[in-house]
Amino acid sequence: MSEISEKVKGIVAEQLGVKAEEVKEDAKFIDDLGADSLDTVELVMALEEEFGAEIPDEDAEKMTTVGEAVKYIEEKAAK
Amino acid sequence: MSKRRVVLTGVGAVTPVGNNVDDFWDAVVNGKTGVARLKAFDPTPFVSQIAAEIKDFDESKFLTSKQIKRLDPFVKYAIAAAKMAAEDAGFDLETLGKERAGVYIGSGIGGLHTVESEHKKYLEASDESRAASRMSPFLIPMLIVNMASGLVSIELGFRGPNSSVVTACATGSHSIGDAFRLIQRGDADVMAAGGTEAAITKMGFGGFCALKALSTRNDAPEKASRPFDRERDGFIMGEGAAVCMLEELEHAKKRGARIYCEMAGYGMSGDAYHMTAPDPSGDGAMRCMRYALDDAGLNTEDIDYINAHGTSTLLNDKVETSSIKSVFGDYAYKVAVSSTKGVTGHLLGATGAAEIIACAKAITEKVIPPTINYEVPDPDCDLDYTPNEARQKDVRAAISNSLGFGGHNVTLVVKRYNG
Repeated sequence: MSEISEKVKGIVAEQLGVKAEEVKEDAKFIDDLGADSLDTVELVMALEEEFGAEIPDEDAEKMTTVGEAVKYIEEKAAK
Repeated sequence: MSKRRVVLTGVGAVTPVGNNVDDFWDAVVNGKTGVARLKAFDPTPFVSQIAAEIKDFDESKFLTSKQIKRLDPFVKYAIAAAKMAAEDAGFDLETLGKERAGVYIGSGIGGLHTVESEHKKYLEASDESRAASRMSPFLIPMLIVNMASGLVSIELGFRGPNSSVVTACATGSHSIGDAFRLIQRGDADVMAAGGTEAAITKMGFGGFCALKALSTRNDAPEKASRPFDRERDGFIMGEGAAVCMLEELEHAKKRGARIYCEMAGYGMSGDAYHMTAPDPSGDGAMRCMRYALDDAGLNTEDIDYINAHGTSTLLNDKVETSSIKSVFGDYAYKVAVSSTKGVTGHLLGATGAAEIIACAKAITEKVIPPTINYEVPDPDCDLDYTPNEARQKDVRAAISNSLGFGGHNVTLVVKRYNG
């Protein structure tokens, strides 16, 4: 597991109050991890904070699973 | 058309002297104070350094891990108290008519913890635009006073009338009184009603210190809350929540509910005098007691116990005493009076709800809880305050007074349920 992946999963577990083992790549924030619309706003803010990145709303809306968030951050970091 | 009758069928509380009603009542009757040196933060810079704080509250019994992380303490206490009250009432939440069940839980101040922690983050951001984009989406929902009612309704599934009262120290009593009226009128069959407060933060505490409202007996915290005693010097800030399940009588009978007591009367008035000081004439306090007795259809001699507001401030206790004398006449010297704030401190928005629970228990247990720390008689306060020791007594009916900053006055009357 990449360092980014590990960090993202840690933030997701912390923000959504779920156990680390539930935070799988294909887990959906809303359907699987019980996030509501406010949780996802705060989650994106926490990711921005951690990785020093701006995540525009239109990008944030496309991130529905843990894996998609990890991939997005990895791509941002590679640029 | 005769009014529908309303009974109390469930109680729940999180208080500085116990995180359930049994422990709360045990402490109140046995005079075990919840006042100590303030622990939530270092109180050394403040003139008062003592408080009645919640201790050992196990959040995980009532809340999910996400709720524990998100919610302001005032909402957490309300949810815990409401869940305990619903369980105590023995509701089957699957079959209860939830469209006819509502929630009225107020708070004097609301989410002060949230306001302070988020404002700190805002000020600590490196620049203004960063601060502006870092606001938590939970800031507003977590601080607004009505969120206690909102979240309790979600937790219990109660979809009837839902609102919240904000009248400082009268909040809990107004909430219960208003809920009582709603059931009487037929707007609901069940109401979860009460108050909640969690304002022992640096700003909340400092604000009350600035008002010179708090006791500064820092060297003897256990003696600091001393209602009606001549050496009283201010109230003790407390926190917590208390929730009562009020229920229409036939609804309660149909499901074989245990009935603590009957809600009998509700009186309200306004001082129209000063922001924080009580009207020295006691006019507002007198009128709300009279209105409540009239509403209950009871005479002064029918009342066996007065749970006074009795904050342990110089002015409140003096004015409340003279008001009781004006309303009750000679009988004022015969009726048992006490202030349970000697034990609990002042739970502010939750206080009226906690004290109506004390009145209900006084009726069911036939015990008058004492006013503790009563040592030096004050010529201005010369009633029977049930000093220091609880007293066995058959209580037919009791009243509870709550008098809030802003000049909000409430009296509730409860009586033994006689079928």
